[in-house]
Amino acid sequence: MEGQYSEKVMEHFRNPRNVGEIPDASGVGNVGNPVCGDIMRLYIKVDENEVITDAKFKTFGCGAAIATSSMVTELVKGKTIPDALKISNHAVAEALGGLPKIKMHCSVLAEQALRSAIDDYMAKKKAQNS
Amino acid sequence: MRKVYLDNNATTRMREEVLETMLPYYKDIYGNASSIHEFGRLARRGVDDARLKVADLLGAASAEEIIFTSSGTEADNFAVKGVAHALRSKGNHIITSSIEHQAVLNTCKFLEKDGYKVTYLKVDKYGIVDLEELKRSITDKTILITIMYANNEVGTVEPVEEIGKIAKERGVYFHTDAVQAVGKAPFEVKAMNVDLLAMSAHKIYGPKGVGALYIRKGTRITQLLHGGHHEMGKRASTENVAGIVGLGKAAELAKKERSEEIKRLTGLRDYLYKGLTTNIEDVRLNGHPDKRLPNTLNVGFKYLEGESIILNLDMEGIAASTGSACTSGSLEPSHVLTAMGSDPADTQGSVRFSLGRDNTKEDMDYVVKVLPPIIKRLRAMSPLYDEKGK
Ligand SMILES: Cc1ncc(COP(=O)(O)O)c(C=O)c1O
Repeated sequence: MEGQYSEKVMEHFRNPRNVGEIPDASGVGNVGNPVCGDIMRLYIKVDENEVITDAKFKTFGCGAAIATSSMVTELVKGKTIPDALKISNHAVAEALGGLPKIKMHCSVLAEQALRSAIDDYMAKKKAQNS
Repeated sequence: MRKVYLDNNATTRMREEVLETMLPYYKDIYGNASSIHEFGRLARRGVDDARLKVADLLGAASAEEIIFTSSGTEADNFAVKGVAHALRSKGNHIITSSIEHQAVLNTCKFLEKDGYKVTYLKVDKYGIVDLEELKRSITDKTILITIMYANNEVGTVEPVEEIGKIAKERGVYFHTDAVQAVGKAPFEVKAMNVDLLAMSAHKIYGPKGVGALYIRKGTRITQLLHGGHHEMGKRASTENVAGIVGLGKAAELAKKERSEEIKRLTGLRDYLYKGLTTNIEDVRLNGHPDKRLPNTLNVGFKYLEGESIILNLDMEGIAASTGSACTSGSLEPSHVLTAMGSDPADTQGSVRFSLGRDNTKEDMDYVVKVLPPIIKRLRAMSPLYDEKGK
């Protein structure tokens, strides 16, 4: 439980990176529900070269949920969409120095939030082009 | 950094006087309490004296009604399984509540696999069991009603006197898990229709790993531990003499200080609640406004999840806890708050502050100073809080 959080998780929990919103986001991902205790909302800004130039989040959840949200925003910044899609939940957990077993679902949620934001971006782009 | 321990429902700091009383039993008085020589007699005297003190604290008619156990959990297991087994030929139905501690809940679930039928009574929004449902649930197969005296998460005190009356009228045994109530609620078992009552030493400033079960004279019960003829033939195993002596001392002190401490803690608890509601918006009280343990304040901070609050408080030296999702190591929201009909999103943001004898007004002031900025910062991060603004 708390005691099992790595230094890195606690560091991101204490000082989460990229908290907030992007008003003119290219894509927004919304995952989770309050019954499970986690909701993540991830905003991405994508430039004309398909590079993610900015990412921000808002999260309702435990320490691990906040830390994984923070980490995933750090990981995607500067990545192209195809590269960002390669970020797995394990990559997020690993970058945090591991997560307690019962908290692995938080990294899954972070991956899903990212996919959901990218899906939203793709859908918007398609709508614009058609 | 200031350290403020507000998790006394989880466990308490053992009192100096209790430790002092125990130490000789780890050193010089090492005899087996069953031995007839002097070494044994000294140990026996310690156990007997402790039994009197526990009987006095609980208001038992005689010391023989107190059986020492290894914990509150064992006392609950002993009561529930012991009655279930002893009365198997009479019936197989047990009535409990949906907000019991795991020590009772999981014991009942275990018995269900063994052919017993269990009714889990609903509670209202304050966590109080429905007496009408209780009456309706009793059948000629009902052998035991087991309902906690006070809930560990929200502190709600159940109508145990009324439950006892109903049980007696219908000729059913009544066990109550009073692990949280002992020392915090004034009661005398002899004046109540309670047949069995469980308690634990480490919740009343005594040592961990020792408890007691009150068994009213004449109550039919089957042993949990078989072996030697210890504890009047009701529980085998060489007595944990030092632990029992510690429990006795803690009981003596609890009895002496109970009424003053109830008043003092109630004052502090309400002072803390007032401080929190004055400085933080959208704070909800979980549990009954006044039928509640004097030391327990469970509050819900809307739009937030409890663990993130607990971790932040911990960084400021404050120890509190949450019964919800993450901290408990299970991913489900608190079964107590859920049974009380609390909205799942609200359930997540609940924090329990449980006060104890070491706490002062300054401790409360410190929490009231530290917590508002934490809540503000976390809410700024919460997507649920956003939606509220829009
Ligand atoms: C209501 C209740 N019952 C039973 C127990 C178990 O007591 P023990 O820790 O002594 O096994 C506890 C303590 O966690 C409790 O709060």
